[in-house]
Amino acid sequence: MRSSARYAWLLPAAALLGLVLAVPLAVGLAGGAGGTGGVLRDRAVGRAAWNTLVFAGVSVPLEMGLGLAFALLLNCDFRGRGLARAVALVPWALPTAVMAMSWRWIFSDSWGIANDVPRTLGLMSEPVAWLGRPATAMAALIAADVWKTTPFVTLILLAGLQGVPRDLHEAMSLDGAGPARRFLWVTLPLLRPAIALALVFRLIQALGIFDLPWVLTGGGPADATRTVSLEAYDSVFRHLEPARGAAITLVAAAGIFALALTLGALARGRRTE
Amino acid sequence: MKRLVPFAVLALAAFSLGPFLWSVVTSLKPAAELFRVPPTWIPRSMSLDNYRDVFAQRPFARYMLNSLFVAAVSTLVTLAAAAPAAYALARLRLRGAALAEKAILAFALFPPAVLLVPLFVAAREAGALNSRLGVAVVHAALNLPFAVWSLASFFRAFPAELEDAARVDGFSRAGVLLRVVLPVSAPALAATAILVFIFSWNEFVIALTFLTRDELRTVPVGVAMLSGVTVYEIPWGQISAAVVLTTLPVVAAVLAFQRGIVRGLSAGAVKG
Repeated sequence: MRSSARYAWLLPAAALLGLVLAVPLAVGLAGGAGGTGGVLRDRAVGRAAWNTLVFAGVSVPLEMGLGLAFALLLNCDFRGRGLARAVALVPWALPTAVMAMSWRWIFSDSWGIANDVPRTLGLMSEPVAWLGRPATAMAALIAADVWKTTPFVTLILLAGLQGVPRDLHEAMSLDGAGPARRFLWVTLPLLRPAIALALVFRLIQALGIFDLPWVLTGGGPADATRTVSLEAYDSVFRHLEPARGAAITLVAAAGIFALALTLGALARGRRTE
Repeated sequence: MKRLVPFAVLALAAFSLGPFLWSVVTSLKPAAELFRVPPTWIPRSMSLDNYRDVFAQRPFARYMLNSLFVAAVSTLVTLAAAAPAAYALARLRLRGAALAEKAILAFALFPPAVLLVPLFVAAREAGALNSRLGVAVVHAALNLPFAVWSLASFFRAFPAELEDAARVDGFSRAGVLLRVVLPVSAPALAATAILVFIFSWNEFVIALTFLTRDELRTVPVGVAMLSGVTVYEIPWGQISAAVVLTTLPVVAAVLAFQRGIVRGLSAGAVKG
C-alpha cells in the first residue's frame, strides 16, 4: 500500500479534531490576545484565580492521597475484588452536574444529611449553613469534587500498581523488610510515572473546573467559590463581553498548562535515560 | 492488616455509593417526610409520586430523548472516526505514528474552562447553536482521543498471525479491519462505546451553552435547571427522582460491564 493511502486512515479523526476543536480553539485563543493586559489587572479575575488555586490546591492532594489508598486496597487479593473495583468507579462515571444537585441537597442547611450526621454523633449542636458561608461553601465544593474524581486517580494508580512485580516484594520480604519499607522502597518509586500522570490530569481538570461550582454554589456566597471558568462564562453569557471572556480563557489556558506540566515534571523527577 | 480489608472495602463502598443511595432514599419520600427534621434514613412511607411528577410536571421525557439522541449519534461518529485511526496507529507502521498519537491525546487535556468560550463562539459563527446534531458532533470530537487511545491498545494486543492469514486469503487492509479485527474485538469495541456514550450522556458545558431552548435540553442541563420560584420552593423530591433516573442506567452499566470497562480504562491508563 502506498504510504499516502495509509495516512488516509487518519483522515476522519484528523478532520473531526481539526475542524471541531483545533481551529475554534486557535481562533478563540488568538482572539483573546488583545485583552490579556486588561485581564491581568482585573481584580475580579485575580479573585477568581485565587479561588481556583485554593480549590485545586486542597482538592487535588486529597484526591491523590485517597486515590492511592483505594488503589492499594483494590490491588489486594480478596473475594469480590472485581465488583469492588467497579463500585469504586461509580462516582467518576456519574454526571457531575446532576450529582452536584444531589450535593446541594446533602448540604442543605435545614434538611441536609451533612448536618444530621454530625448532630447525631454529637459533634455539633447548631446546623451549619454549609453553602451560605464562604469558607464552608468552598469546603463543600472540595468535598463534592474529592468524591467525584478520586476514582480517576484510583484507576490510574491501580493500573500502575499492576506493573509492580510481585517477586521484588517477596525478595525484600525475605530480607526482612516490613510492609511500610517495601511500600517506600519498591512500590512508590515504580509508581512515580503513574502518580505524575494522575497529578497532571487532575490539576488541569481542577484548575479548569466549571460544572460543579456552576450548579452547587453558583460561585457564591459573595463570590467565594467563583472560579476562573465561571468568570469567563459570565463575561460571555451575563455581561455580553465575549472579548473579555476570550482574554480570560487565553490567560487561564496558559496558566493552567504551565502550572500542571511543571508540577507533573517535578513529580516525575529527572529523567534517567 | 489482612483482617482490616473487609472493613476498608465497606468504607470504600459507602463512600462511593453514599450520595447516590441518599438520592434514591430521598426520591422515595413523600413531600411530608422529605422536609422532616431530623431526616429519616429509611423512608417510613414510600411513594413513587416524585417519579410521576417529574414526568408529568416537567419535560423530563423530552430531556431523556434529547440525551439519548445526542449520545447515540456522538458514539457512532466517535467510533467511525476512531476505529480506522486507532488501527492505522497500531498496525500500519506509519512514520510519525507516535507523534500523531500524542497530538490526538493532547486534545483530551483541555478542561472546560478553556473549551467553553472558543467552542461557543465558533458554533455561533457556524450557525450550530440550538442543534442537537451540533452538540453530538462536538461530543464526538471531545471523546475521540479517549476512543483512539483505548482501541489502539486493544488492536496492539491483537494476534498479528490472524491478520496475516486473512491478508494471504486476499483481504484488503480495510477488509481485515472490518471482517476480522472488529468482529473479534467486539468486547473492546463495546466497552469503548459504553464509556463514550456515558461521557456524552454526562456532558454539561457544551450542552448548556449550545442548547438554550428548553425543548432541546439534555438531561444534565435539565436537571441542573429544575427549580421552583424561590430558593425555598426547590422541588427536592422531583430533583432526587430525576437524579436517580439519570444515574441509574450509568451505575447499572458500570456494574454490569465492570470487567470490560475497568480493563478498557486501565489499558489506556497504563499506556499514557
